[in-house]
Amino acid sequence: MPSPPDERPVETADRVAPSESGRRATTDVVGLGTARAVWFVAPAMLLIGIFLLFPALWTLYIGSTNFERTGPNHVNPEYTGIDNYTSVLSDPSFYNSLWVTLLFVVFSAVIGQNGLGFWLAWSLRRVDRRVRRTVEALVLLAWILPSSVVAFLWIAMLDRHGGTVNMLLDTPGAAWLVDYPLASIIIFNIWRGTAFSMMLYSAALSSVPPSHLETAQLAGATGAQTLRDVVFPHIRGHVLTNTLLITLWTFNDFGPFLITAGGPGDQTEVAAVYLYNTAIRDGDLGYSGAISLMILLANVVMALTYRRMLRKRSAT
Amino acid sequence: MRGSVRTGGHSKRRGSSIASTGLIAVALVASGCLGGAGDETAADPMRNADVTEFTLTITSNAIEGGKNSDGAEWIEDYVIPRFVEQQAEKGVTATVRFQPVGVDDAEYKSQIGLDLESGKGADIIDVDGIWVGEFAESNFVKPLDEVVGADVVSSWDGWDQIPESVQQNASYQDVRYGVPTGTDGRVIFFNRDVFAQAGLPADWQPTSWEDILTAAQTIKDELPGDIVPLQLNAGTAMGEATTMQGFLPLLAAAGAEIHQDGKWQGDTPAVRRVLELYETVYGSGLGDPVMQAEAKGRDRSFQLFTEGKVGMLLESDYFWRSVVAPGAEVAPMADRDEVVGYAKIPAITPGAGVNGQDFVSMSGGSARVINPNTEFPQQAWELMEFMNSFEATEEQVVSAPRITHREDVNATVLANDPMLTFIAEEVVPLTLFRPGVLEYLDVSVAIQEATYAIIDGATVDEAVARYQSELEAVVGDPDAIATG
Amino acid sequence: MAGRIGFYSVTCLIAAFFAIPLLWLISAPFDASPTYAVEFPEVTLANFATILANPYALPSLLNSVILAIGTAAFVVIGAALAAYALSRVRIPGRDALLYLLLLLSSVVTGTAAMVPLFLLVSEIGAAIHPVLGIDSHFAVMLVMSSGLLPAAIFMLKDFVDGIPPSYEESARVFGASPFRVLKDIVVPLITPGLATITVWTVVNVWGNFLVPFILLRDADKQPAAVLMRTLYTEAGQPNLALLATFSLLYSLPVVLMYLFVSKRYGFRFHGGIKS
Repeated sequence: MPSPPDERPVETADRVAPSESGRRATTDVVGLGTARAVWFVAPAMLLIGIFLLFPALWTLYIGSTNFERTGPNHVNPEYTGIDNYTSVLSDPSFYNSLWVTLLFVVFSAVIGQNGLGFWLAWSLRRVDRRVRRTVEALVLLAWILPSSVVAFLWIAMLDRHGGTVNMLLDTPGAAWLVDYPLASIIIFNIWRGTAFSMMLYSAALSSVPPSHLETAQLAGATGAQTLRDVVFPHIRGHVLTNTLLITLWTFNDFGPFLITAGGPGDQTEVAAVYLYNTAIRDGDLGYSGAISLMILLANVVMALTYRRMLRKRSAT
Repeated sequence: MRGSVRTGGHSKRRGSSIASTGLIAVALVASGCLGGAGDETAADPMRNADVTEFTLTITSNAIEGGKNSDGAEWIEDYVIPRFVEQQAEKGVTATVRFQPVGVDDAEYKSQIGLDLESGKGADIIDVDGIWVGEFAESNFVKPLDEVVGADVVSSWDGWDQIPESVQQNASYQDVRYGVPTGTDGRVIFFNRDVFAQAGLPADWQPTSWEDILTAAQTIKDELPGDIVPLQLNAGTAMGEATTMQGFLPLLAAAGAEIHQDGKWQGDTPAVRRVLELYETVYGSGLGDPVMQAEAKGRDRSFQLFTEGKVGMLLESDYFWRSVVAPGAEVAPMADRDEVVGYAKIPAITPGAGVNGQDFVSMSGGSARVINPNTEFPQQAWELMEFMNSFEATEEQVVSAPRITHREDVNATVLANDPMLTFIAEEVVPLTLFRPGVLEYLDVSVAIQEATYAIIDGATVDEAVARYQSELEAVVGDPDAIATG
Repeated sequence: MAGRIGFYSVTCLIAAFFAIPLLWLISAPFDASPTYAVEFPEVTLANFATILANPYALPSLLNSVILAIGTAAFVVIGAALAAYALSRVRIPGRDALLYLLLLLSSVVTGTAAMVPLFLLVSEIGAAIHPVLGIDSHFAVMLVMSSGLLPAAIFMLKDFVDGIPPSYEESARVFGASPFRVLKDIVVPLITPGLATITVWTVVNVWGNFLVPFILLRDADKQPAAVLMRTLYTEAGQPNLALLATFSLLYSLPVVLMYLFVSKRYGFRFHGGIKS
């Protein structure tokens, strides 16, 4: 049951190597067939459709009403069209949370986790196996512990009285979570999430042909040159996939709430915390539905930006 | 679980059940089914009154081994077996289940809100007294008279033991929705060791704010710098504690109630006086503003109090019985009875408090309501009566005394605790309760933000301006805000 | 040589950065009255005795295990089938669909969708069969799987993309059915990927508080993430002795699982996610 050949040359921006795209164009070499493929996809799509897509659409619908958890608007919610969206767009708290989230994402995920993850993957390749295993295990431990547990660990780290950081730096009484709240949660999130980037990059680096690296070395290239001219072209796709995933996860991460509760004031009120405060603390469910859509749109913009960057890069 | 609808569709083929899911879903969305908890017509309170077998569920934000463990154990080990036994004597087979929860209050509220909205949930539900109005407005709960019948409710002899003011905790617009389960009061706690070192009296009772500030200044002058003279709850990190254990008692001391004659306090002299006090305390080093900005600041202030590093705290009697009590989990003090002093909160100047009082306080408390969807309203009320009887109430607090809703119980169990007796006899009579008005929780958030602005270094003018505009956003109607 | 020493000191610093926060988890549970300070405790096991006396503590860990295994099964099987098909057969709009689902799953699974999820399960699910209703572990598994599947498919698809189709072609020449090919050829090749997805799923389920909290009422069915929230006092003060001790117990299963999976199957994106 061969599938019909795909005649439209679909521009698949997330395909890097031309040779790969070429191979994919002759799809279905294994004879799966579209019909069977649909059956293979069906269980996952069924679950996603019922328990993700349906509630998501419902949430977006609630976003166009004045529904609240309690009170008259709870009993008789009204359809209010775009009212919630206009009030979200004129709410300074929304822009504050968007800005805080942006800083949080850029510094902790895009720069921090990406950079440290890559550095670990790159530098641990050739070190002693036991050293590598130990470092990797520590990094992974930070990633697999439950977030309510790691919150306590970091409160203990940054506590003003007797916190580990103050003990190590000999800065008794420094209130890191009050004076540098955003920096604190950024460092926390680098600690928390670097493992994913590290794993992804160590896999990616194993796909760089060793002969290319040797050639570069023989030609006398510096480490930086090797990375730029030999390694990066090979792993460009991985960089962007990784960045996309960690950006999405970090954008919607609730972890900071457990450490700073969004404070002091609203200095660490990232999008997920703003949403929690609106939905759970204040019970404004219609409004929180509207915020969800705005956050979704922000995420779409970021995803498209990454795809565009990828397309540009692969064109050069 | 009670109320679960079964359509007997177990053996349907997958396809058809998916189709029906889709149909129901579309129908739900199409009808805009979001809220609409319960119907408007009251069900017969006498339904199932004569059955010989029934099942009831109690839920409370309490869990054995965790939050409010004593409360959970009391229900499981005393209330349920005794009640079932009583029913058995009447020839009725009762099954009573307890559904423990034990999480953050906002999350508990969300959970029971979801249950009540979909017509499910336990038959007897513990709620915070401040939610009663909200829940009533949402048709989540109904007046007791409707749920179990006016004759039945009014014939309960327990009401005589519950002071009118405490009954407000379970009422909305002067209609009873449930039975209150106790109350509390706010006072100024002070560390007698700190006071002694600063040369202040052990039986201190300020009669004006000036007295408080003088004492704080004395501590600051006489003792080393790492001792915080006075910590007032402020900021957003403490949540409702800022409002209840800080702003509102002080507002009462400045002569105003937050919701008075149908109006919220906006930019008024009283609000300004309170914020000025915050500015004085946190601007001149009498209190530690950083601690108020920390997410764990309140816990920290408790810890420091036990270590003799905090002079005064404005707190609820909860602080006495659950935080510093010998053997408590958070910050126990073996010598609590000697070291921890307490004083009534004075008005700005004598007689300047709300209602012309010299001293003020704020109180809260929980309530127990009956789910209007219960299948067995009469039996649920019987269980309520039992839970609020003299014997059951006494049993609940005998090992860990606190102020109950019943005066007869208070008279016996508080006798050995001078602090709680003080609250019951001297504080509760002059206390105020929060308004049971829907917007209160949003107003409370605005108050927390205003006090945060002060500890963050804003002037009183800036903080008041921000508070006023936030209030306008929350309340909507400008006529419902008092200014000037 | 100086470079080498510099490199090792930086590595040590980074190892320390990742290790130091863990100290509290090792010291506080053994401290009779722990604070947020890391101190060498007067070693006591009293906290363990207290937490084990909590009637819900151990059962909650078992519930977490049940939810984690069930959800991981749904996610791994569902994602493997879908990722294989999506990798090998071009379905129009495939990439856009994957992106859209990925975005939705990361945005609309939390607090905002609480009411729809609750009503979906309590009204519609329960009407179909109690096992899809409130208080059912199965329903919780389905809900959590749906939130994790998009990212799992996204990641796994790239593993499958990394396998040259020639292996499968030869198997097909010998007449193996597509399902056989998937089971006997593809799955062994992507085992490290499946292991990674499994660990990722378990970690996510292990930490999820909100979904089980709103969908389960019976305290005997609640997982450890919910129990963790009950170890506070009435006014929200953390009982650090219990929380630290339970944190350790709560963390051990995932750590053990990681060690097991890592030893048995390797724990890396072998071949990598290709984009």
